[in-house]
Amino acid sequence: MKREVYLDHAATTPLHPAVREAMLPYLGEKFGNPSSFHGVGKKVKDDVDHARERVARVLHVRADEILFTSGGTESDNLAILGYARMNQSQGKHLITLSIEHHAVLETMMHLEKKEGFEVTYLEPDRDGLVTVEQVEAALREDTILVSIMYANNEIGTIEPIAQIGNVIQKWREVHKRPVLKFHTDACQTTGYLDLDVEKLHVDMFTLNGSKMYGPKGIGLLYVKRGIKLEPLQFGGSQERALRPGTENIAGIIGMATALELAQADREQETQRLIPLRDRLIEGIRSSIPKTRLNGHPTTRLPNNVNISIMDIEGEALILYLDAQGVYASTGSACTSASLDPSHVILALGLPYEVAHGSLRLTLGRSTTQEDVDYVIEVLPSLVEKLRSISPVHVDEKYFV
Amino acid sequence: MTHKQDPQPGTQGDVTTADNAKSWFYTDIVKDHFFNPRNFMHDEAQEGEYNAIGKVGSPACGDELRVWMKVDLVTEKITDFRWKTFGCGSAIASTSMASVMVTENGGMTLEEARKLKPQDIMERLGGLPQRKFHCSVLCDKALRDAINDYYRRSDQFDKIIVEASRIIDPVSKVTDHDIEEAVLEGAHTLELVQQKTKVGIGNPGCLPAVEELIRFYKEKYFG
Repeated sequence: MKREVYLDHAATTPLHPAVREAMLPYLGEKFGNPSSFHGVGKKVKDDVDHARERVARVLHVRADEILFTSGGTESDNLAILGYARMNQSQGKHLITLSIEHHAVLETMMHLEKKEGFEVTYLEPDRDGLVTVEQVEAALREDTILVSIMYANNEIGTIEPIAQIGNVIQKWREVHKRPVLKFHTDACQTTGYLDLDVEKLHVDMFTLNGSKMYGPKGIGLLYVKRGIKLEPLQFGGSQERALRPGTENIAGIIGMATALELAQADREQETQRLIPLRDRLIEGIRSSIPKTRLNGHPTTRLPNNVNISIMDIEGEALILYLDAQGVYASTGSACTSASLDPSHVILALGLPYEVAHGSLRLTLGRSTTQEDVDYVIEVLPSLVEKLRSISPVHVDEKYFV
Repeated sequence: MTHKQDPQPGTQGDVTTADNAKSWFYTDIVKDHFFNPRNFMHDEAQEGEYNAIGKVGSPACGDELRVWMKVDLVTEKITDFRWKTFGCGSAIASTSMASVMVTENGGMTLEEARKLKPQDIMERLGGLPQRKFHCSVLCDKALRDAINDYYRRSDQFDKIIVEASRIIDPVSKVTDHDIEEAVLEGAHTLELVQQKTKVGIGNPGCLPAVEELIRFYKEKYFG
């Protein structure tokens, strides 16, 4: 039988069996609506309240600071649109990073184009890192929100969120601008990084279920007490009327369980994955000439490998890998609906052909050393075949 | 035309409408040509080995294609067609298929090859995802470039067909080529083409010409 190696955990993770177990009652006998005034609804309401407390405990926040949403995209939208619209009388300047996920970037662009906000897009260095000094230099008297991701979904670079949070907190006090807030999209970090909100000094914080071995269609936004948001939808009092609509009960229970599980063995899993990640990077780079590691070599997620393989196009490589049972992803334009290559790789100052040739392999709980070695074994001949039909020779300054 | 064949049941790609624009279905024929590309250039071409060369695209756009042809000087039939591409699965498969089509049954004459349309290649492949149309257009253009190159080298300048782009709207500097690209990317109405190109915004006088071009390219690529 053909070996199957799923290396796209940054796209989504499979459901943890214990998460599935925890969810099943809510797809069966516990079907009630938490807003109902009877026993069937009450039982479910208690469980939702409990799930919120469980989540709050992991993040070291209060239960009433957690809003459940439909996922990372909605959480990012609610944080940015909701905060900017509600507080625009105190300033219309926003700061973000040019390699953010589109859920943040396009929301910022929308505010810029349609609602009269001014947005500063900070440019990271060649490894995808932004510095505290860059953020500090961009802060203005009319800045109301900074949104910078905890770790990048394509290249895995981990941003210095705690230090940035610290600087923003100080700036807020010195300049007497309590309106200045800090949001981070932490979707890729669950199970790997410290999610203690207090240590990170963030005011809003996005997570989603489908990247932490939880269900799809569920996310959360932590919103520090006292922060006012304008809702994006109307129609009920659920989630403090900031996100009305009958709750996704099974999703909420599933995400609470997944978050607990992921954070419980995050140190162990991190220690297990880092050597595997580095073995994969080393294995690819030593067996294939003309490659480039995208993202920071060490300040990166334990499960992220992103390598540009020069002179070939990513979609073709993904399809060749797929035929070998290896499931990966690419920053090539050809796999995106927009036909634009990865904005992240381009923002690192690399040319289009390097973005087109990027290969992302993201490891996870099921990944073994045999999986990694299998990829190192099959990849070189596929690359060789595609290179033999390619007329392109990328300038060596981009990979040496 | 001889190169057309009936689509085989179960191998029909989502070539027909924009509704399936996000689908990832490649037909078995596409996969076959993608995994076993025909006629690609293994080694560097020797000086004088081929008497026509074509090139189109750039890696910056994500696609680059080079073709080398041997044309019989007497019959002007294509006897050999080799290629190299930096492109996705669709680009590889459609160039591979084109190389088969122009050389099979003794080879097409240059004039026959010029009549080869992107949708003939797609049809033979059993279809391509709608947003991958431009990939098969690429090999069609490289073929035309090579045909011109042959005529240039054989001093038949009257047979060269130059497809230079022409500015349609002097205000926005949008060319016929831009409109062609927009139509290929799925903009099939004036409104959609305007969204993509800004053509005619501030210069509505050019709109009838734009509409005519949209009709022309729709007809050309989507039948």
